[in-house]
Amino acid sequence: MSGGALLAESLAEKAPQSLKTTGPGRRKLTPYLLLLPGLLWLAVFFVAPTISLAQNSLQQGNLIDGFQFTFHIANYTAALSSYWPQFLRSFVYAGLATIFCIMIGYPLAYTIAFRAGRWKNAMLVLVIAPFFTSFLIRTLAWQTILADNSIVVSIMRSLHITNLLAVVGLTQSTRVLNTPLAVVAGLTYNFLPFMTLPLYAALDRMDPRLIEAGQDLYCSPWTAFRKITWPLSLPGVVAGTLLTFIPAAGDYINSRLLGVPNQAMIGEVIDLKYFSELDYPTASALSFTLLIAILILVSLYVRRAGTEELV
Amino acid sequence: MSDSVTTAGAGVDLQLINVTKRFGDFTAVDDLTLTIPQGSFFALLGPSGCGKTTTLRMVAGLEEPTDGTIKLGAEDITWAKPYRRPVNTVFQSYALFPHLDIFENVAFGLRRRGQKDVKKQVDDILELVELGGLARRKPPQLSGGQQQRVALARALINRPKVLLLDEPLGALDLKLRRQMQLELKRIQLEVGITFVHVTHDQEEAMTMADTIAVMNVGRVEQMGAPTDLYENPSTTFAANFLGQSNFFNGRVMQRGTDAQVQVGDRTLRMDGSRIHSAGDDVHLGVRPEKLRIAFGADAEMPTGFNRLEGVVTDASFIGVSTQYLVRVPWGQEVIVFEQNTNRDSRVDNGAPVTIAWDPLHAFALDASQDVAAGADLDDEAAPAAVAQ
Repeated sequence: MSGGALLAESLAEKAPQSLKTTGPGRRKLTPYLLLLPGLLWLAVFFVAPTISLAQNSLQQGNLIDGFQFTFHIANYTAALSSYWPQFLRSFVYAGLATIFCIMIGYPLAYTIAFRAGRWKNAMLVLVIAPFFTSFLIRTLAWQTILADNSIVVSIMRSLHITNLLAVVGLTQSTRVLNTPLAVVAGLTYNFLPFMTLPLYAALDRMDPRLIEAGQDLYCSPWTAFRKITWPLSLPGVVAGTLLTFIPAAGDYINSRLLGVPNQAMIGEVIDLKYFSELDYPTASALSFTLLIAILILVSLYVRRAGTEELV
Repeated sequence: MSDSVTTAGAGVDLQLINVTKRFGDFTAVDDLTLTIPQGSFFALLGPSGCGKTTTLRMVAGLEEPTDGTIKLGAEDITWAKPYRRPVNTVFQSYALFPHLDIFENVAFGLRRRGQKDVKKQVDDILELVELGGLARRKPPQLSGGQQQRVALARALINRPKVLLLDEPLGALDLKLRRQMQLELKRIQLEVGITFVHVTHDQEEAMTMADTIAVMNVGRVEQMGAPTDLYENPSTTFAANFLGQSNFFNGRVMQRGTDAQVQVGDRTLRMDGSRIHSAGDDVHLGVRPEKLRIAFGADAEMPTGFNRLEGVVTDASFIGVSTQYLVRVPWGQEVIVFEQNTNRDSRVDNGAPVTIAWDPLHAFALDASQDVAAGADLDDEAAPAAVAQ
């Protein structure tokens, strides 16, 4: 054995000894160290702004004289009494868009997971393909799709679908653009991939033999779906719903480009207060209310879905 | 779907009549005709790709035959939907519902048919498969053997006319598999339901089944009781797939009870009813454990036995028996299994020996067949000794 090798060996023997005192302690610290960047990010860019937002929402004043923290709860009562219709509208639109996303996304995800065969990857790329274009451009495109003289709208008119939907207030009797339906359609379109992908992930994990087992145990295809496929895809449904509903409720692009100002969603109002009226306290109060409202809705929903009797 | 809970009604045999299944150009099952008597434990045995699983799936209704008829008793079920057949399946990977606990997995079929008294029936069947205490566990919390029992209970509780088992023990380790083989047999005798069992494991088939159909490339090669199939195979495929054989190229000189076959310069005697060949060119087959071996070219053997002299070229000790390779006068190497009942240290490499067998144990197969057919298809079956 050469001298170098001996040296290396003696070093190798020493190294673990010098680590022995710190080794186990380090091992315990490792998970926290791994979490550190994320925690720092959250602290700087989420916790701090949220505290600042809460503080702003209780201030009084204007941009010229300055804002003072006066624990002005009236910001909330005033904001809610003036803008509750926009809140309600946001949740209704986001809820409708989420339902439409499930109705379109579920069959799509099911087809990709179970029927697409070798086209599976190609179809997944197509689902994501719209992301290659900007959100704004895609939404603007819907102005053309739903324009008064567009093919879609003239077909809807000739089939009296516009008349029918006008009864429930979703469209006007001759128009689709600048109606609630246009906004919901835009939201549905823009958030569809966020619904489809988690649904696909959940369905793709499922063993198709479970459906055969169900049929073998006296399930008609529909019962097999209800008792086996649907409950097993619920994690995907919950994830997809959250990823769709939460951003849709705060969205303001679709309602601005496809709706009308007097039927605004809450995101538009917040945008207006912050950047046009420079009324920071009211904008903060609205933002904070939206945050709390979504948190409450989501926790109710997750609890309901989590404990639901799956049999 | 029948409401009758008992399966005791006589004459509910499962019949497959000229059933063919093609996938594109590939013929998975080729003009198969089978009758499986009610209450029997029937095994479809064959290598992977022989069409046995496709046959099972057609009986279950999960696959539609391209041609032919499937009947259960007098009822034609060829086109019946799987959920309308009084047939249940134990799937290869068990296919237990992961979102339901064991109780609800087992109760699944009963609930779909809106049966009363679910709790008692489930408790009873879980008792039968010895899983009483695990009713509220979820499937992933169970071991492979336990999951296997749940799958069995889930199918059996519906009291099907026919229970289909698709390689049910394939995922278990050897020891557990042996134990489950005996258990399945016990349960089958207890409930009296027709079991149709698909497997590529010849030992599994022989342990459990009353009747085995050996399948190869979509057809049944041979069907019969395990002992008949093993002792008196009618094709080289059946002979090789169930155990090992020594084959000698020979020519039938005389038929009848005291038949004679000429192999090399020897005339070997055999039972003429075991000549499965219309032509006179045959493969004369003898199982390795039927051969006796003794030291010396002039060793004493029972009278009337066929004798061959040879030289040991290899001897390997494998626990319960010793496996010898013996070179016979025309150069062929013959496999001999001998029980380790006595220790004869003289029988070693290069030792001159005599091998002999009772003429009743030989069988003769048509020489136009491939002598190695079915020999290498099963991972667990060692290749048979083959004539050059």
